[in-house]
Amino acid sequence: MATHITTPWLIATMAALGLTTACGKKPEESKATGGSGGTTTTTPGGPVTLNASGATFQKAFQEVATEAFTKISSGTKINYSGGGSGKGRQDFADQVVDFACTDAPYKDADAAKVKGGEFFYIPNVLGAITVSYHADVDKLQLSAPTLAKIFQREIKKWNDPAIAADNPGAKLPATDIVVVHRSDGSGTTENFTKYLDLASAGAWKLKSGSTVEWSPDTQAGNGNGGVAQIVKSTAGAIGYVDLSDAKASGLPYAAIKNQNGKYVEPTAAATSAAGDGIEVKDNLIFSALDAKGDAAYPITAQSWCLIYAKQTDKTKGTALKAYFRYLVTDGQKLLPEIDFAPIPNSLQDKAVAQIDKVQVP
Amino acid sequence: MIDLRGKVQHADTAFRWIALAAAATVLVVLGLIAFTMTDRSLPVLERMGLRFFTSSRWSAPEGEFGAAAFIFGTLYTATIAVVIAVPVSLGVALFITQAAPPWLKKPMVYMIDLLAVVPSVVFGLWGAFVLSQHFGLGRSFLTAGIILAIMIIPIITSLAREVIETTPNTDKEAALALGATRWEMIRAAVLPHSKGGIVGAVMLGLGRAMGETIAAALVIGSALGQISANPFKPGNSMPAVIANEWGEADELHKSALIALAVTLFVITIVVNLAATAIVQRSMRRSRGG
Repeated sequence: MATHITTPWLIATMAALGLTTACGKKPEESKATGGSGGTTTTTPGGPVTLNASGATFQKAFQEVATEAFTKISSGTKINYSGGGSGKGRQDFADQVVDFACTDAPYKDADAAKVKGGEFFYIPNVLGAITVSYHADVDKLQLSAPTLAKIFQREIKKWNDPAIAADNPGAKLPATDIVVVHRSDGSGTTENFTKYLDLASAGAWKLKSGSTVEWSPDTQAGNGNGGVAQIVKSTAGAIGYVDLSDAKASGLPYAAIKNQNGKYVEPTAAATSAAGDGIEVKDNLIFSALDAKGDAAYPITAQSWCLIYAKQTDKTKGTALKAYFRYLVTDGQKLLPEIDFAPIPNSLQDKAVAQIDKVQVP
Repeated sequence: MIDLRGKVQHADTAFRWIALAAAATVLVVLGLIAFTMTDRSLPVLERMGLRFFTSSRWSAPEGEFGAAAFIFGTLYTATIAVVIAVPVSLGVALFITQAAPPWLKKPMVYMIDLLAVVPSVVFGLWGAFVLSQHFGLGRSFLTAGIILAIMIIPIITSLAREVIETTPNTDKEAALALGATRWEMIRAAVLPHSKGGIVGAVMLGLGRAMGETIAAALVIGSALGQISANPFKPGNSMPAVIANEWGEADELHKSALIALAVTLFVITIVVNLAATAIVQRSMRRSRGG
């Protein structure tokens, strides 16, 4: 599917690149002729187009942020084409995009292949991955070991004793559980399986990755929307879906037991709370999964945007820095509306400091 | 080139070279594809060895890549497709050529050809919404097989129709003159004459069914490690796996997906060679050799 979608984008990107080089020259030319007074340029450096690809997890955020940013900085055009975290990392490494976003950092071997030299991880989004279900259970509660056993087909009935133990007093149907997962490789799968690996105390055996070895007696859907759609249309189904798609499909989702033993529902506030309990490395890499804190929703995923430390094009570099700064400051206010959560303030400051280090010629 | 009057014919020379270049390009491209693909699939083949073809465990996080289940799924769905498509296609082709009233012939041919230009993603979505949900077939080998059958019917039909139309009228009239009914005439004159071409058409359809990506990815169910003769079970095929997993694959995983592509490439070539051999043998036989 992805290949069919990317072709038009490729053409658009190429066209846009041509446009950029055409437009990018204008301000310098006008400067050279000496017209310094009375400029009305709103973007520092002049009109410019930034092309990006990467995580679909934060595509909704990129769309609203781009729209809002273009309003305050009318000369900048931003095309975020999605395509998945893996594509984003690859495109960024090959320098075919101006920036890229990803749900997972580079593996060490791949980081060495990044062609443009040093780069920064700028965290910009936190989002909950819900465990959505289609069963006659009011306010389902699940702990990580139970969740792990459900998703690797050790628990096959909704009234299994392990589920009953997580839901004291609840009436559970004696129906079969249908597990739904992603058919396409996905950062959401990677974060969900990472969480199970981390939090299930050894119950999870399939390890973590963009695809794992799901049992053959499970169902698969394409994208978050595909999983949500199968869960919605299949009695007894359970699947992992990001919060915005779960809400859009009107699916109920489980409260998940966090490190402090509290069952927490995925909400913007609980997602933000997960951000408060994280430990961040100097390069701003962290994991919001299985975070500490009473109010933290434990299956909280994070996403970064990648930017080269040494920009080669003045106009583009300036616009990139302005957009990145917007993403981690004012842009953060847009997140709750689309069912994502802002990164904590302390992390915002660190991100801004990192962006300030980016050199523009 | 020198013509009869001893003049050099530049046009002829140019044509010869251009034609040669065109022919060479195809071979060079094919060779380059085979080379790069094989080269890039080496890491996984070195790691897995023959188990790549015999194991059906496919676990990217553990670096275990066994394609057996996907090879099975590819062949199984393609077989289902051919089993469904061949009788339908032959029926349509025979109807158009032998039984249809003249006014119906053209619209029929036109409709069948129209079926061939529908993009595969449309078939896939139709299958996902109508066959798997509305008719409750789910995502399974059978759903994929039916969709693939619909996709290859136009190819088989139009090739079979063209071959059947080349049956000499004298053969047909001879059969009828001997008192054959229309069906006996088809059996005695039309089918023996067209056998080779029909087999070739079926093999082309089979090749297309094996390589179909998007429609299969949408309806086959993406189940890992499924080797089951039960057509109602979800499975997976090589092109569907490549389409689904390429975007987020890391180095070794990509190498495994490329190795799948090479495997598909080889299987398709084998099928085509087999088709050529069958066609030639049956042609020799029909000539009485």
